[in-house]
Amino acid sequence: MKIQTLTLNAALSTALLLAGNAHAAEFNQVDAARSSLAFSSKQMGVPVPGSFKRFTTQIAFDPAKPTAASTTLEIDLASIDAGSKDANDEVVGKQWFNVKAFPTAKFVSTGVKALGGNRFEAIGKMTIKGQTRDVVAPFTFKQDGASGVFDGGFVLKRMEYNIGEGPWADVSAVANEIEIKFHVVANAAKK
Amino acid sequence: MNTTAPRYSGPAIAAHWLIAALILVAFPLGVYMHDLPLSPNKLKLYSYHKWIGITVLLLFVPRILWRITHRPPAALPMPAWQHKIAEGTHHLLYLLMFLVPLTGWLMSSAKGFQVVYFGVLPLPDLIGKSEELGDLFKEVHEALNWALLVLVGLHVAGALKHVILDKDGTLRRMLPFGK
Repeated sequence: MKIQTLTLNAALSTALLLAGNAHAAEFNQVDAARSSLAFSSKQMGVPVPGSFKRFTTQIAFDPAKPTAASTTLEIDLASIDAGSKDANDEVVGKQWFNVKAFPTAKFVSTGVKALGGNRFEAIGKMTIKGQTRDVVAPFTFKQDGASGVFDGGFVLKRMEYNIGEGPWADVSAVANEIEIKFHVVANAAKK
Repeated sequence: MNTTAPRYSGPAIAAHWLIAALILVAFPLGVYMHDLPLSPNKLKLYSYHKWIGITVLLLFVPRILWRITHRPPAALPMPAWQHKIAEGTHHLLYLLMFLVPLTGWLMSSAKGFQVVYFGVLPLPDLIGKSEELGDLFKEVHEALNWALLVLVGLHVAGALKHVILDKDGTLRRMLPFGK
């Protein structure tokens, strides 16, 4: 009995130590199942929500050293849900994402700025459909137990990436501005 | 010809022709647009159609209140069965003036597209997004529209019968500019 209690105590102490370590550690194990990538387009003034079901994120973020953080995001564009079946069939096509030629979109960070408090800013390059543009994405970081939760977003101008060519270049029907929102949960590395 | 028959009141006449004109645009627009391949043009036509429908719904409210508080002029002499059909048609038309745009709004909500009146005023979604309900309200909206077409046909045929066969003043009571 006594030995068992001691073992339990030891186990608890180890767990607490690990948790204590995690507090100052780098969050770099992305939990894909708890992360999401959503967007909202405006069609004739109507906000239409959408999301990407498959994307992979790499994150290395230590709240103690945010400027050393880095992230990459790769989106499987064919996994889009643009709000309706018609729209899903349309946006994978040539005039929109042209997923046959450009199956993925990619964001690679070049730096992270601390904005004070739990607010940060990821700066980097976004490549969609062969077009690379600078992106600045403000986000917040919150620690939730052993997990780090990143919430942020930015406005993407679709015409900068030729998303929606031909008749779809008419931004009075589908607005140029697409609101992107990401929610990423990452755990600290196990030692 | 009875030229002294009392006419409908000004607001009743205005509401009648305004809503008639809106339906006359929205109906063929709906028939035309629903089969179009997805395009910016289709998105625009859908929006115009919804804005017209909401306008009908908005006009319906004061119109029905006016109708309830103001008796229409007494019918000109006609067989009782004709009068019954005319009245029944009027009542069903009032019902559809309300139900057709309402089911359109419900369909839009269920399909996950909020109605934004004139592209600036977001209207609340009446129900949450649901594929089954979206398809159901599409069927109901369509069926009610064919019923509306039949009733409008009957209504117009009746009006023309009074002009051509009876040569009485029934239609003149509803004309915008007449005595």
